Amino acid sequence: MKAFSFSQAPLTPDTYRAALADPAAGGYAAFEGWVRNHNEGHAVTRLEYEAFEALANTEGERIVAEAIARFGVTRAACVHRVGALAIGDLAVWVGVSSRHRAEAFAACRYIIDEVKHRLPIWKKEHYVNGDSGWVNCERCAHPHEH
Amino acid sequence: MIPALFGLVLAGGASTRMRTDKALLDYHGQPQVRWAFGLLTKFCTATFVSVRPDQRDDPSRAGLAQIVDRQPGIGPIAGISAALLEHPQAAWLVLACDLPFLTGSTLQHLVAQRDPRKVATAYRSAHDGLPEPLCAIWEPAAREPLLAYIASGKQCPRKFLINADTALLDLPERAALDNVNTREEFESAAATLRHRPSPRSKTVRVQYYAILREQAGRSEETLDTSAATPAELYEELRRRHPFQLAAAQLKVALNSEFADWQTPLQHGDTVVFIPPVAGG
Repeated sequence: MKAFSFSQAPLTPDTYRAALADPAAGGYAAFEGWVRNHNEGHAVTRLEYEAFEALANTEGERIVAEAIARFGVTRAACVHRVGALAIGDLAVWVGVSSRHRAEAFAACRYIIDEVKHRLPIWKKEHYVNGDSGWVNCERCAHPHEH
Repeated sequence: MIPALFGLVLAGGASTRMRTDKALLDYHGQPQVRWAFGLLTKFCTATFVSVRPDQRDDPSRAGLAQIVDRQPGIGPIAGISAALLEHPQAAWLVLACDLPFLTGSTLQHLVAQRDPRKVATAYRSAHDGLPEPLCAIWEPAAREPLLAYIASGKQCPRKFLINADTALLDLPERAALDNVNTREEFESAAATLRHRPSPRSKTVRVQYYAILREQAGRSEETLDTSAATPAELYEELRRRHPFQLAAAQLKVALNSEFADWQTPLQHGDTVVFIPPVAGG
């Protein structure tokens, strides 16, 4: 599988996990990001992800390559959803296989953190009261941590 | 201390072969004397137009700061010497107004490469390699030898520069100093310029995502712009679209790679302004 990719369709972690299997790997760690029903005190009903895919694919591959080089893991990959998502849907999946568990956890953490900070992906939340907003963009007078 | 740079548009010529005032020819949407004056103001602390005594009230020259020839009838050297006498502490960026192909970047290069220890800084002609005196920087040190040169009966500023301690530069744009003397040359130059976009104007494609897409009301547009950098382009777009985010809150990508805000924009670039992200 590609080191980094987007999917319009629901994510399928089992198939991704199988692609990371390797006889030299003694373990596998994964992170799944889920759509939750609240954010910063607002009840969320659904959301949309949008991405600048040409740049995000290149930068996402760089992030995975960095993680493999930095932690010496066997294989790693990341898949991110775009489009309309409901509460509970899988928004992002990161998986790492490696000889030992410590570097698998560390590489997994590195990839999701860098993805959240560096990739041109945007999230529009729809709230119970009918409002909607682009996360981190609407209250632009007070930019906060991602 | 390096002498301040003043600008002088040479617009006192007789335009004998053109049989019409060359300063009034229109290549860039205005009389060339006005266009050249405007270009010099970008590089000079003060800018003047050189006139013969009988041209002082000419409408196209009247509103501009003038330097009046003291020895009319000896050609452009009269304007240069009058300027050096009028403000003897200044260096003069001298510019003829029969150079329709001149660009700001050719002038910028001349100013950047100026050697104030020399008598002058000039381009080598693309045709004969000799100094081009009428798009050149004349230092205060040129004043005394130039006056002596004129007093000895000579009038050719090019020959003066050949024999003076002149810094010579190669032209960054070969045709930039091709001049125009006849009606046929004017028609040809005007036609060439009409069919060539101004070098500062370029076509770029802008793609919008997320909040910027919604505020622009479109996901992309192609536009002609004179913006030199993505920073200038974003400020231009903010006047057309109700963008709330300041440039400081955005990143920018050129041709699908992150880029610096001050990267020079090129014709054909695809530009994406990246609002604060929220992946994961």
